[in-house]
Amino acid sequence: MSTALDRFHLRHVAWLLGSLALVAAPHAERLPWWIIVLVAMLMLWRGYAALYALRLPRQWLLLLIAAGALGGIYITYGRILGRDSGIALLMVMLALKLMEMATLRDAMVLIFIAYFLVITNFLYSQSIPTAVFMLGAIWIITATMVGFQFRTRQGGYRYQLRTAGVMLLQAAPLMLVLFLLFPRVQGPLWGMPQDAFSGVTGLSEDMSPGSVSNLLSSDAVAFRVNFESSAPPPTQQLYWRGPVMWDFDGYTWSAPRIPYVPARVYEPLDAPVEYTVTVEPHGKRWLFALDLPSKVPPRSIMTNDFQLLFQSQLTNRLRYDMISHLRYRDATDLPDYERQRALRLPGTSNPLTRELARNMRKNTVDDRTYVNNVLGMFRNQNFSYTTTPPLLGSNPVDEFLITTRAGYCEHYASSFTVLMRAAGVPARVVTGYQGGELNTVGNYMIVRQADAHAWVEVWFADQGWTRIDPTAAVSPARVQAGAVAAVPQGESLPLLLRGEFRWLHNARLTWDSFANSWNQVILGYTLERQRDLMQRIGIDDATWQSMATVMFIATGVITLALALLMLRKLRVQRPDPVAAAYARFCLRLARRGVVRHPSEGPAAFSKRAAAASPELAAAIGSISNLYIRLRYGKEPGAGDAADFQRAVARFRTHA
Amino acid sequence: MSRLANFSLSASRLSPLVFRLLAPFRALRAYVDRWLFQLGGPATTSLELVQRRIFILPSRHGMLFVGALALMLTGSINYNLSLGFVLTFLLGGLGVNSILHTFRNLARLRIAAGRVLPVYAGDTARFTLIIDNPGALDRYSIGITRGEPETPVIYADVPAQQSTSVGVPVPAPHRGVLRPGRFTIFTHFPLGLCYAWAYAELDMHCIVYPRPEPGQVPLPQAESHDAAGVTHGAGQEDFAGLRSYHPGDSPRHIAWKAAARGDALLTKQFSGRAASELWLDWAATPDTLGVEARLSRLARWVVDAHAAALSFGMRLPGITLPPAPGDAQREHCLEALALFQGKKS
Repeated sequence: MSTALDRFHLRHVAWLLGSLALVAAPHAERLPWWIIVLVAMLMLWRGYAALYALRLPRQWLLLLIAAGALGGIYITYGRILGRDSGIALLMVMLALKLMEMATLRDAMVLIFIAYFLVITNFLYSQSIPTAVFMLGAIWIITATMVGFQFRTRQGGYRYQLRTAGVMLLQAAPLMLVLFLLFPRVQGPLWGMPQDAFSGVTGLSEDMSPGSVSNLLSSDAVAFRVNFESSAPPPTQQLYWRGPVMWDFDGYTWSAPRIPYVPARVYEPLDAPVEYTVTVEPHGKRWLFALDLPSKVPPRSIMTNDFQLLFQSQLTNRLRYDMISHLRYRDATDLPDYERQRALRLPGTSNPLTRELARNMRKNTVDDRTYVNNVLGMFRNQNFSYTTTPPLLGSNPVDEFLITTRAGYCEHYASSFTVLMRAAGVPARVVTGYQGGELNTVGNYMIVRQADAHAWVEVWFADQGWTRIDPTAAVSPARVQAGAVAAVPQGESLPLLLRGEFRWLHNARLTWDSFANSWNQVILGYTLERQRDLMQRIGIDDATWQSMATVMFIATGVITLALALLMLRKLRVQRPDPVAAAYARFCLRLARRGVVRHPSEGPAAFSKRAAAASPELAAAIGSISNLYIRLRYGKEPGAGDAADFQRAVARFRTHA
Repeated sequence: MSRLANFSLSASRLSPLVFRLLAPFRALRAYVDRWLFQLGGPATTSLELVQRRIFILPSRHGMLFVGALALMLTGSINYNLSLGFVLTFLLGGLGVNSILHTFRNLARLRIAAGRVLPVYAGDTARFTLIIDNPGALDRYSIGITRGEPETPVIYADVPAQQSTSVGVPVPAPHRGVLRPGRFTIFTHFPLGLCYAWAYAELDMHCIVYPRPEPGQVPLPQAESHDAAGVTHGAGQEDFAGLRSYHPGDSPRHIAWKAAARGDALLTKQFSGRAASELWLDWAATPDTLGVEARLSRLARWVVDAHAAALSFGMRLPGITLPPAPGDAQREHCLEALALFQGKKS
């Protein structure tokens, strides 16, 4: 089996290098520069060695490189078996394997590694472009494999590509059946490497000046929402609740773990809004819902500040049905420990703010008037809304309120809450998203990272926790038209979020609607969806056995159909009448004991047959001569073919 | 696929009585086999690779491929990668599909016995097989080998509706009749993941001449015959005809006019009047040599006499070949030597 590969060497190496480069390329942006350089140099070396038929490097050198790379990976990543470090290691090993490729077996191993590398790309992206790119890569890899199977000559690239393409197309129905029916197992089978979902942008457990405004530059999708029956509520009512921040250290708000307390009961004041959320994996536990959620999705809990928390970190796209009430009245009780927590301010930080709060509260009759006064201050004094706020020092709230007076939502939410707490009004910061863009192509709403927002909840004795959005006082456009529309002229925004490229924006919405269907149908095909499908084809209580049975039957039927389709091509071409007549003539003679040898020409056969049956010699001779003239003669006569057939027919009746 | 084939195998293991009782059915079966599957015994000169002749199994690379797929499936489950599932199942489908393609690459080929040229003992015989592809599909990388280990593998491509002849080398250590045994026709094409093969036992043989004794062994003296000298040895006087060119023929005797017409090279033969005939006689070789050595010497003489364009006859115990010149005589004599069984009478 270890066929040496000296012949056609260069061609094979070129195909292999091409395939591997194709599947490795998307990893380049994630790998450290030295791995890219190392792998590229090894690949170039391999190509050079093939081009000039040079000897491959000795094994000790390869081992040395391998050991060096292993050390380098450990230093770079601090581990060997993570996701990123594992891929770095795979890259180096692949390049080294390439350097010692000498037999067909080595080449096949490399091809299988190339297939495996395709899957590593899906760890980072399963989008449509990635899928299309990788499909192309699979095609090329398969064509490479076809090229390796030629023994007598080199395979032409056209033949290789065509064969690989046809075979992959024929494999598609089987793939579909297996994809739909292969019994799915709820992963993960073992713990994932800790870095499996690092580097995802999104909200975090804490909020400090700049942390939300940083998200404005990200046009990544946070989640998508389908409003099933009703039209979506107006934009200014779309407050998507996320982590709730209680604790402040003078600079950063945080949402530390709260012991599980049953959710508060609130009184809904309007009809429920029903919708479905598909949230992108963000590596944290929280789920998003409109203020206030009244339903807990499966495998989740609701905390008593109305946060929805999933049972584990969200590592996959998750889809859940939700019901919310946009107008509500909260329960009016506030336990002491919550009140204390909602009033706590650290040490002596931000003294000017506290001073201001005490003064303002002294001049008002109640908490509600005080809240309105503070909002009036934001609205009427020269506070401004900007995506590029000035940097703040150690007393950020003081500096913001007194000096800079320019900030993004987190500045307003933070300072507003401090002003409340300093005046003895319980308050907390809520982060999440506000608004969303209706995609009219797919009729669903897209909420992006750029829609991230922070607002405040204040506790009133008669109304419980009440939402106050100080940003809306400064920039009403923010909550009515969305984060992007509210960005002041002259400040930077990602190209695709800008308003001036309307057609680009529309194209983007169309594309997103494709991506959404893709996410729902293909990437969102889970254990539950599989059960639904089985139910629809009449298997109510699908066990893995029943699914496997259906799968095997379907696979068998498809394979059989494919076989029939393919073997049709083998049918012997209908011979032309002359050849058929000659075959009948030979058969007749064979019955008489004169069998034509495969390597025997018609003239030689005629001579032998005539000698064997002298009584038929004349007929045999004339038929053979006619045949030779028809087959090999320069200008066979017009009626020769018919004459020949008649002669054979006569011969068969006589002989 | 091999259930039918097993029937005849298992039948022979039954008790003799049952075996005899089943004889008519067996005969019927054999008839049906021949009629339905166009099977012949080993005495056939051509056969078609019909479905039941072809066996198929995953190759070693195929096993490795399955292992890689298992790894991918595990990874897809663990990381819940939908596209990972898609890839794994697509490649799984490709693997299943490659069974069909590999099978198809072999199916319906016709294998026929081609010419086999005689060789001298110690040389390598070449058994020509003609692989005919009557279908509309090109076939690539068809391998042919014999059952024995360490035998070389010959690969061939057979384009649609064409045939290719393949020479399978078989060492011919001893004089006599050489049979190649069973050929294995196989393929891994197009992906190398499956190994499809079929056996072909064809009625073929190669005549292996004794190896001519090395060195210079003078031809025996020509025997005097009639004074009239009727027979014609080869000489250089009268043009007697043309024969095909052999290396070593004098360039002066080549029929250049015929060559210029584009025909194969021919050598002019001239007959000389000889008063004697050359007999290559078993009895003329010393008894002290063994049978094989004596045959070797006779072979040497045949070759030398033919090279000298002489007319010669041969006498072996029980066989007498009258004198004649030319290629046919050389072949007849060498064949007689190859098939020589020993002294009769």
